[in-house]
Amino acid sequence: MADDELFKALGDPTRRLILDELVEKSGQTLFEICSRLSMKHRLGISRQGVSQHLAVLEAAGLVESRREGRYKFHDLNTAPLRRITERWPAPGGSEAKENTP
Amino acid sequence: MRIRLTSVFVDDQAKALRFYTEILGFAVKHDVPMGGEHRWLTVTSADEPDGTELLLEPAGHPAVKPYRDALVQDGIPLAQFAVDDVHAEYERLRALGVRFTQEPLEMGPVTTAVLDDTCGNLIQIATLPG
Repeated sequence: MADDELFKALGDPTRRLILDELVEKSGQTLFEICSRLSMKHRLGISRQGVSQHLAVLEAAGLVESRREGRYKFHDLNTAPLRRITERWPAPGGSEAKENTP
Repeated sequence: MRIRLTSVFVDDQAKALRFYTEILGFAVKHDVPMGGEHRWLTVTSADEPDGTELLLEPAGHPAVKPYRDALVQDGIPLAQFAVDDVHAEYERLRALGVRFTQEPLEMGPVTTAVLDDTCGNLIQIATLPG
C-alpha cells in the first residue's frame, strides 16, 4: 500500500518537478514552490493545485512539512526511493558505485 | 489615476518605524498623532522623498490576524519593494539579523527574496529587468 502511494506520487510530471525544485533547495514555503513552478517552468497551476500535489507527495513520505514559528516549510525526503532500488537493484550493484571516487 | 499611497498593517507602529527606517532604510514622510495611541505614519524611499508613500497602519481590526497568519504560513508576501541587487540586499539585511523565508531566487530575468518585517508581514524584495 505504501508502494502504491509512492508510485502514484511519482507518476505525475508536476509532482516530479516539485521534487526537482526541492532537490535544488530543501525547506521551501508554498509560495516559493508556486513561484518556481510558475516563473521558472511557466506552469499555469493554482496554489490549491500545488497544495494538493504536496499532499500526495507527503502521503508518500517524499515531502515533509515542518512548522517553524509562523512559517511552514516543505522538505524533501528521498528515503522512500530506496525501496525502489532495493527491490530492483541497478546493474553492478550500488556498493561498487559508492566505492568509486 | 496614480498610486500615491499604499499600506501594510503593523503590530506595533513604533517597532515598525524602527524596522522600516533603520533596517530597510526608508525615510519618514508623515508622522502625525491621530489621537489615542495611533499615528498617521508613512515612509517613502530615501531616494524618492516624493515617491509613493507606505502607510504603516495599526493592525487592530480582528480580521487582520487570521488573514495575515494564513498568508505568512504559506510564505506569501504582502508587499513588494524594488532593490538594485537582491543578493547584496539579502546579505546586508541578513547581517542585521533579518529573517528570510525565501533566499534570493533567480527566475528568468527576475530575482526575488522574501523577508519577515517583524511586524506581522512577509515582504518580497525584487530586482526587475530594465
